[in-house]
Amino acid sequence: MKRSILGAASIAALLACAGAAGAQQAASGSPKKGGALQVVVTPEPPMLMQGLNQNGPTNMIAGNIYESLLRYDEKLNPMPSLAKSWEISPDQTVYTFKLQEGVTWHDGKPFTADDVVFTLDKFLREVHPRWRPIVNAQVKAIEKVDDLTVRVSLKQPFGPFMLSQEVASAPMIPKHVYEGTDFRANPANNTPIGTGPMKFGEWRKGSFVKLVRNEAYWDKDRPHFDEMYFQFIPDAAARAVAYETGKVDVLTGGAVEIFDVARLAKLPNSCVTTKGWEMFAPHAWITPNTTRGILGNKTFRQAMMYAIDRDFGRDVIWSGYGKIPTGPISSKTKFYSAEGVKIYKYDPEMAKKLVKESGYKGEKLQFLGLPYGETWQRWAEAIKQNFADVGINMDIVSTDVPGWTQRTSNFDFDLTFNFLYQLGDPATGVARSYVSTNIVKGNPFGNVGSYSNPEVDKLFAEAAIAPAEARQALYTKVQQILAEELPVLWLLELDFPTVYRCNVKDLVTTAIGINDSAKNVWKE
Amino acid sequence: MLRFLASRLAKGVVVLLAIAVLNFALIRAAPGDPATVMAGEAGAADEVFVQQLRERFGLDRPMVEQLGIYLKGILTLDLGFSYRQGRSVASLVGERLPATLLLTGSAFAISLLLGTALGALAARRAGTWADTAITTAALLFYATPLFWIALMSQILFSLKLGLVPNVGYETIGAGYTGLARVLDILHHLILPALTLGLFFTALYARMMRASMLETAGSDYVRTARAKGVSPSVVTRRHVARNAILPVVTLAGLQAGQIVGGAILTETVFAWPGIGRLMFEALAQRDYQVLLGVFFVSSAMVVLFNLVTDLVYRAVDPRIQVGG
Repeated sequence: MKRSILGAASIAALLACAGAAGAQQAASGSPKKGGALQVVVTPEPPMLMQGLNQNGPTNMIAGNIYESLLRYDEKLNPMPSLAKSWEISPDQTVYTFKLQEGVTWHDGKPFTADDVVFTLDKFLREVHPRWRPIVNAQVKAIEKVDDLTVRVSLKQPFGPFMLSQEVASAPMIPKHVYEGTDFRANPANNTPIGTGPMKFGEWRKGSFVKLVRNEAYWDKDRPHFDEMYFQFIPDAAARAVAYETGKVDVLTGGAVEIFDVARLAKLPNSCVTTKGWEMFAPHAWITPNTTRGILGNKTFRQAMMYAIDRDFGRDVIWSGYGKIPTGPISSKTKFYSAEGVKIYKYDPEMAKKLVKESGYKGEKLQFLGLPYGETWQRWAEAIKQNFADVGINMDIVSTDVPGWTQRTSNFDFDLTFNFLYQLGDPATGVARSYVSTNIVKGNPFGNVGSYSNPEVDKLFAEAAIAPAEARQALYTKVQQILAEELPVLWLLELDFPTVYRCNVKDLVTTAIGINDSAKNVWKE
Repeated sequence: MLRFLASRLAKGVVVLLAIAVLNFALIRAAPGDPATVMAGEAGAADEVFVQQLRERFGLDRPMVEQLGIYLKGILTLDLGFSYRQGRSVASLVGERLPATLLLTGSAFAISLLLGTALGALAARRAGTWADTAITTAALLFYATPLFWIALMSQILFSLKLGLVPNVGYETIGAGYTGLARVLDILHHLILPALTLGLFFTALYARMMRASMLETAGSDYVRTARAKGVSPSVVTRRHVARNAILPVVTLAGLQAGQIVGGAILTETVFAWPGIGRLMFEALAQRDYQVLLGVFFVSSAMVVLFNLVTDLVYRAVDPRIQVGG
């Protein structure tokens, strides 16, 4: 695709990125330089090499060390990062990225198009579970045009491509450090080298990670802090006390139990935000194993949905945080629509009626709990009570994280909680839970409930590669079908509130919030 | 004596190998493996990816072969490599060891000295208010869950009184060096060491008291008193020395666990020790790290059992350790 034929779409894209660059400026007065930011993340990450590990805490720390081509605002519009501009061909199959000038790796070597090609075409293709399916199925070629220009050619239009370049999904990796090495055993994994605003300083295992300012950072006025410390405090109550005693400035989402958030928010100089999760949009649900007896019966699944008091779950269990979903797509994610979808209000009488109609004989169902802390345990107990009220018998089975992952991967459950990131676009973050090609053992985040509907498969497949303007109608249709059939029981669009000192400014300015670099953050 | 030592060391090696095999089997019996955990963390995975990880970690090989590789590593003192953390297990264990030794060693010293002294005092003042106070406090600390005492002490001494830090090994970001750093670490050590120490203090005090009272009723003590030996000499030479044997047994057991860390205390106080390393490795099925920590802990237990036997002989020459 020749750049000369790029048309109106590319001009629009250029304009869009110019506007977004402006949005990156600090929004809260003149930033002060210097000082240190103390952040709690939990649990301690296994490593900081973001290309190899995408654990939440890894992202929160390494998102300051590594960078990707793009960042995203809270409406999921792309913003410049290592790519200062981009052009999209009219047929939406060729993406040309112009790179920032004067960018260097933390070891002083220049960052060039060679690094981008190596990262996307070699490193992440081999090791990154989110990038692999995109690059293998959608990308025809990734080429260097010149030292500061990279061209990615797709096999066909792929709607979510522009959303696939956030730092956790596509962190840039230094070619000169990793080429020709065993990626997973490279010693540099312990002293990560990126282009980000902060450099790796020190990791005292079990205590903290220290990052220091990258004096050679390409975005000249940033970062504002001299140092950042990420502390590891394994006990949730002790984390809360550490915040109260002033040892830390920021409690990242999930660092304290949700029922502690309101109490901490009332402390002097304490603020709370739920922003910064627009890209990931964690969506929580119960997966019924549709291959097991009554759970394959749509009427019974609808009965379960009417039986669950989702408002109670949000207001009491989740302390008022979150939003009741209408279907498979989060209201934060592109192509969300509630138009014509079946709505399930809490209605025990309707549930009892449908339970009877379904032919349920009182058989005991096993509910595999999600071992992510007290809140999930309480939620399971509340739902058990909801089910008991309408005559559905259920036992809760406990396990730890590896146990849950293995049982879910092997479809060894009747019902289980799950929550998945939506990643901004239904093609990458939603379809995977419902399409029949994803009924594959060994993958805990596939279609583990084994729901299969050829029409749903077709709609998701078409929508992924349809022109942008045609996608909404296809996704609206699929939301209507799924809300009727209930392959899973959607419970809550989760919020993970971040608790922080109010004098910490511009903490969350992008769609991945605290998972992104803190280049704009400063302390008053 | 030398023959005894050689024999015990040989038995110790056999025991350690048996423990290593048992640990290996137990860990593999737990559901899940490192590959599924890592796939889970990424929030996405395909079958090929998970299989690649399994091959990488050697989990696709027959179980017997994996066990053989592990045992061969142990025999050459190679604890293996954690692909999950990108580090050798020896380095991971090694960097946690100082913090663990400081915490558990301090708690051991506090509990042994304070516990035996309080137990002896309670026995000498049996039936008085001092005895009642010591035994009640000991019962209370023994019966109360450690994590609850830990959290309450944080709320009282850190949050309300502001006397000591509630978590951590040192003040993060303060940049202390030399003596200032040592004092800072000791300041952070106070709460966890006392919390852990008080639990064992209670154990030692109860055991010392009971043992002394039992010994005080022995014929030879009565005889010593009848001979006119002064009460303090009777207590020191005849009662305490004989009564301390069960305490030595308990101390040997506790000393053996020093290297294994203290999972609860380290977790609640965010102390960067081996107990936490083990707990986190368990939660992530980091097999190599788990096996490494288990092995080092087992070796210490075996070693301290041997030391305990030797201390028996020093305390009570009637015991023939070689017999």
